[in-house]
Amino acid sequence: MKTKSVAYCAILTTLAMIFGYVEALIPFHFGLPGVKLGIANIVIVLALYQFPAGQVFAIQVMRIVLVSFLFGSMSMMIYSLVGGMLSLGTMLLLKKTNWFSVTGVSIAGGVSHNLGQLAVAVLVVQNLRITLYIPVLLTAGLVTGCLIGMLAYKLKPLMERYF
Amino acid sequence: MFQKRDFLLIATIILIIVISAQMILPVWRHAGEVIHITIDGKLYGEYNLSQNQTITINDTLGYNRVIIQSGSAYMDEADCPDKYCIAYKPIQNNGQTIICLPHKLVIEVIGEQHSGQVDVIVP
Repeated sequence: MKTKSVAYCAILTTLAMIFGYVEALIPFHFGLPGVKLGIANIVIVLALYQFPAGQVFAIQVMRIVLVSFLFGSMSMMIYSLVGGMLSLGTMLLLKKTNWFSVTGVSIAGGVSHNLGQLAVAVLVVQNLRITLYIPVLLTAGLVTGCLIGMLAYKLKPLMERYF
Repeated sequence: MFQKRDFLLIATIILIIVISAQMILPVWRHAGEVIHITIDGKLYGEYNLSQNQTITINDTLGYNRVIIQSGSAYMDEADCPDKYCIAYKPIQNNGQTIICLPHKLVIEVIGEQHSGQVDVIVP
């Protein structure tokens, strides 16, 4: 890894962490506890289009571990890691196929993130009734993914210019 | 900003949401009769929703206080780090849950027999 990419990784991880912190400060409640906007994901979506997969993966893992340690809890880390990995995997795959625009990729990421978290919840709590949340979480993933994707679309040219 | 395939993706997701909601919503609408409190997958206790009461749980995993008032239950107090369980709205309908993840605690409303299956027999 070149020095330059190390620096970029660090900058983006920091940025994602700040977004995570801001989100922890201002709770956006969508009527369901735990549903968040996930502003930090904008960094991941943008990085996806700018850097190789390995670097994006590193940024994602770093930010989740650090944010969980700083502002969250152990259970939050497990949730975020599974959700984050699933969403990153989905986004990487969909980006490779080139079928969707940034918005589409981001929507798939948001939805898969929530499904991953739901899967952990089912495992942790050992209660299948939680799957009742599927429609709610799918909707939340769709809306937040769409918002993040639209933002990413607008910011992408800037990223390409400066990175 | 959007491509044609993006809309296809959105439409597919909305379709899945509608279908799953169709299957799930009827279960939610029925008012329940009792709540089950489970900790770490094991049943901790069963409480009648028609009776106002305060349930204090002091387990090795942590402390929670559940209050049942006029037919609905809510988490009043907990010493978990995230406090998400307290943020839940009171639950009264069949199938609704309050989850306190750090304490592996689930409060679930159980209705009377619904869609053929008997969930619980109240003495």
